[in-house]
Amino acid sequence: MKPPLFRYEAPRTLKEAVGILASDPDAVVLAGGQSLVPAMNFRAANPSMLVDIQHVDGLKGVTLRNGEIIIRAMTRHRELELDPDVRRVNPLIEETMRHVAHIPIRNRGTVVGSLCHADPSAEMPLLFVLLDGTLVAEGPKEIRQIPAREFFHSFLTTTRKQDEIVVEARLPALPPGAGWAFDEVTRRHGDYAIVAVGCVLEIDAAGHAKGVRLAACGVADRPVRLSKAEAALNGTLLTEAALDDAARVSMEVITQTDDMNISASYRRRVLGALIRRTIRAASHRAINRARQ
Amino acid sequence: MKRQIKHLIPDCSEDPKVEVALTVNGQAVRRTVSVRMLLSDFLRHELGLTGTHVGCEHGVCGCCTVHIDGKAGRSCLTLAVQANGCKVRTIEDVAISDKALHPIQQAFKECHALQCGFCTPGMVMNILSRFEEKAPLDLSEEGIRDMLSGNLCRCTGYINIIAAVRRAAELLGR
Repeated sequence: MKPPLFRYEAPRTLKEAVGILASDPDAVVLAGGQSLVPAMNFRAANPSMLVDIQHVDGLKGVTLRNGEIIIRAMTRHRELELDPDVRRVNPLIEETMRHVAHIPIRNRGTVVGSLCHADPSAEMPLLFVLLDGTLVAEGPKEIRQIPAREFFHSFLTTTRKQDEIVVEARLPALPPGAGWAFDEVTRRHGDYAIVAVGCVLEIDAAGHAKGVRLAACGVADRPVRLSKAEAALNGTLLTEAALDDAARVSMEVITQTDDMNISASYRRRVLGALIRRTIRAASHRAINRARQ
Repeated sequence: MKRQIKHLIPDCSEDPKVEVALTVNGQAVRRTVSVRMLLSDFLRHELGLTGTHVGCEHGVCGCCTVHIDGKAGRSCLTLAVQANGCKVRTIEDVAISDKALHPIQQAFKECHALQCGFCTPGMVMNILSRFEEKAPLDLSEEGIRDMLSGNLCRCTGYINIIAAVRRAAELLGR
């Protein structure tokens, strides 16, 4: 349970970091190391070089800019979770974050690192797909803005190029009056989700749902938006029948087959239950906010 | 052609070395170590601070929890070189003196919250970090269980550990 051999670089500038990364196709970025170091301890990952970006200027902190939450490459999970401005404009983040591993892990692990690791059962990628977040990747030649929905490619694979560093990830504020919910089922507290679902929605004066967003993880090789359910729910009164319908039309997103712990049929039941549960919770919150 | 085994097993001397300078329990230390040395091994083998225990070495058991720049973190998921320039605090720095325990340790003793004690240093460092953090502390049963969820105990059971957290909160006026 010790990491294999590697070379180590700790650049001070982004330009230098990108240059080092580009010089070796097997080099990887080290941020908080909370996914990478265990993978190396298990010898599941064997990079030739680690490019430690913790000393690179300008990659720390959380800021709000034009209503967007800017999360930098070295922003730790816990930092984002406890930021009072972030809580105010987007309370879904804190609710989701409580499910990400444990506090000592969140103290060290970075949000951007979790996105780049792209575990299909991880909470942060789900949140970015749900809210249509954006990633900013800097390579030797260009800076690219990548919508979250185009970033997650498949199991542990993203559309980030090997010589790019994701310097920033952006999340929007929730619309005023929107309700939100995140919930998941795990075998143990702090585990990756068996299935997780996030929901954001608004309720208009007549009680109809609008702006419905639903996404799930743990069901496919990447987090997915439940577009059919969103379409089915927009403009409806959120009756139990409408919720059942949303669950029913979402089953087709499941491509995960039986694994050693979880059967596909159990996964379907959990997905349906979480869809119903998160829509109910989000709708209660939207109604309560409208009353205030 | 027969592959030469020496190419498959890298020699120990091939480990790239790096100089690491950090503060451990208030004392500046400087060592030249392999880049792949984990912080847990650095504390135990380079500094002889064996109070930090090593259980699973993949971040699940929490026994190796130390404070890195004032926040609890897994020393087995942190390379020593990542702690370069950091302030690290271990269980050896927690007791008030050789004769007086820290209130959290005192609470563990009073509530019989340990048997073999293997998980205790990690538990104490984690709980201490939560008491020192500015974030609100949830001392309900559920809140304490959430606080302890990243630390595994395989012999005492959690009931007395939960009681110890409550007792520590009393002793610390929380």
